[in-house]
Amino acid sequence: MNEVYGPIIRDGLWKNNPALVQLLGLCPLLAVSNTTINGLGLGLATTLTLVASNGLVSLLRKQIPDEARLPVFVMIIASIVTAIELSMNAWFHELYLILGIFIPLIVTNCAITGRAEAFAARNPVGPAIVDGLMMGIGFTAVLVLLGAMRELIGQGTILSEAHLMFGEGARNLSIVLFEHYRGFLMVLLPPGAFIGLGLIVALKNVIDARQKAKQAKVTTTEAVPANA
Amino acid sequence: MNNIQKQVLSVGLVLAGFAIGATSIVAVTEAYTHDKIIENERQTLLSAINALVDSSEYDNDILTDVITLPKTKLLATKEETTVYRARKNNSPIAAVFTSIAPNGYSGSIKLLVGVYHDGTLAGVRVISHKETPGLGDKINEKKTNWILKFKGLSLTNPVDSQWAVKKDGGAFDQFTGATITPRAVVTAVKKSLQFFEQNRDELFKETK
Repeated sequence: MNEVYGPIIRDGLWKNNPALVQLLGLCPLLAVSNTTINGLGLGLATTLTLVASNGLVSLLRKQIPDEARLPVFVMIIASIVTAIELSMNAWFHELYLILGIFIPLIVTNCAITGRAEAFAARNPVGPAIVDGLMMGIGFTAVLVLLGAMRELIGQGTILSEAHLMFGEGARNLSIVLFEHYRGFLMVLLPPGAFIGLGLIVALKNVIDARQKAKQAKVTTTEAVPANA
Repeated sequence: MNNIQKQVLSVGLVLAGFAIGATSIVAVTEAYTHDKIIENERQTLLSAINALVDSSEYDNDILTDVITLPKTKLLATKEETTVYRARKNNSPIAAVFTSIAPNGYSGSIKLLVGVYHDGTLAGVRVISHKETPGLGDKINEKKTNWILKFKGLSLTNPVDSQWAVKKDGGAFDQFTGATITPRAVVTAVKKSLQFFEQNRDELFKETK
């Protein structure tokens, strides 16, 4: 179990994070990460689509001819996204009014085609679904982090409009950190998204480099007594 | 038929099969959800209208008692305007305009403007906009109560020259860092009121 799923989980959340390492799906990522709640909304919708599309592609992988796999993936993903949008509009209308604007953006998210091609088409259904879930969570985490950064610097709040997603009870989740904050418009506009994402990618690289250095140290110190 | 042709044909057929499958999924979902979605949209519009003119104030079917106004200079829109009419015992109560403020900071702002028969505002709400988050989007009633202050105003309260944002010498607050958005909304509301004033009797004519 751990041998199969462990690496998939680590890949999706950190090592091969779709937003930070593969740098896929940047168009929707940069467009809607201006608040925490927007980021969370797009993240959840993307995760749902990733799980469904990975599962379906993996299930049909023996029937999909290699030469025509990309058009087939695109058709599967587009129909899943449309079906999800219609179902949400019908049965979760309140949620649809909030997330609805993000759903069409998912079709343009190449992270989903990317996972279908790189993972789901070559692996059994179980791992493919876990891969979709983990990639989705990894993507969501970056979106929420970037959204929180931009919201905090741009308008001095965190989790504003939480009630739009979680209902009226969540209204007090919103935190105003700076009263009478004058706002930092650039951070809310697209340039802020690029700079913010760049900083997060840099932070990840620093952490990775530190860990690598630590590991190298551990192996050399371990190696010393063996030589002596 | 040589091998390449055979291969092309078989791949093409499989692709066609997938296309049929994918289209069927969408078609079946659409068929199952169609009525429910129409009903949901109706409810959403109705609750938006009822936020302006309470359902106890009228007794007609407001969503079907509609007239469509052609593009006019006064309303300054590039699209047709729909007007929902509220009546009680067949006497006119209020008209709800789907007005458009064409000159927002980033594109058009869609509004619902409710006007009582005597020319006072029942209220204004934003239906959709693309204004800057954190600045211009304060026109949304979920973010600040700015737009709620229109309720009860009319063309004589404040007087004509005061129908502008404070920066332009008027009576309405602008937002820090965003003047264009409130200016556009104030102008659109004023134009709707002027249109109402000039066409009041036309507007409530029965269309049957």
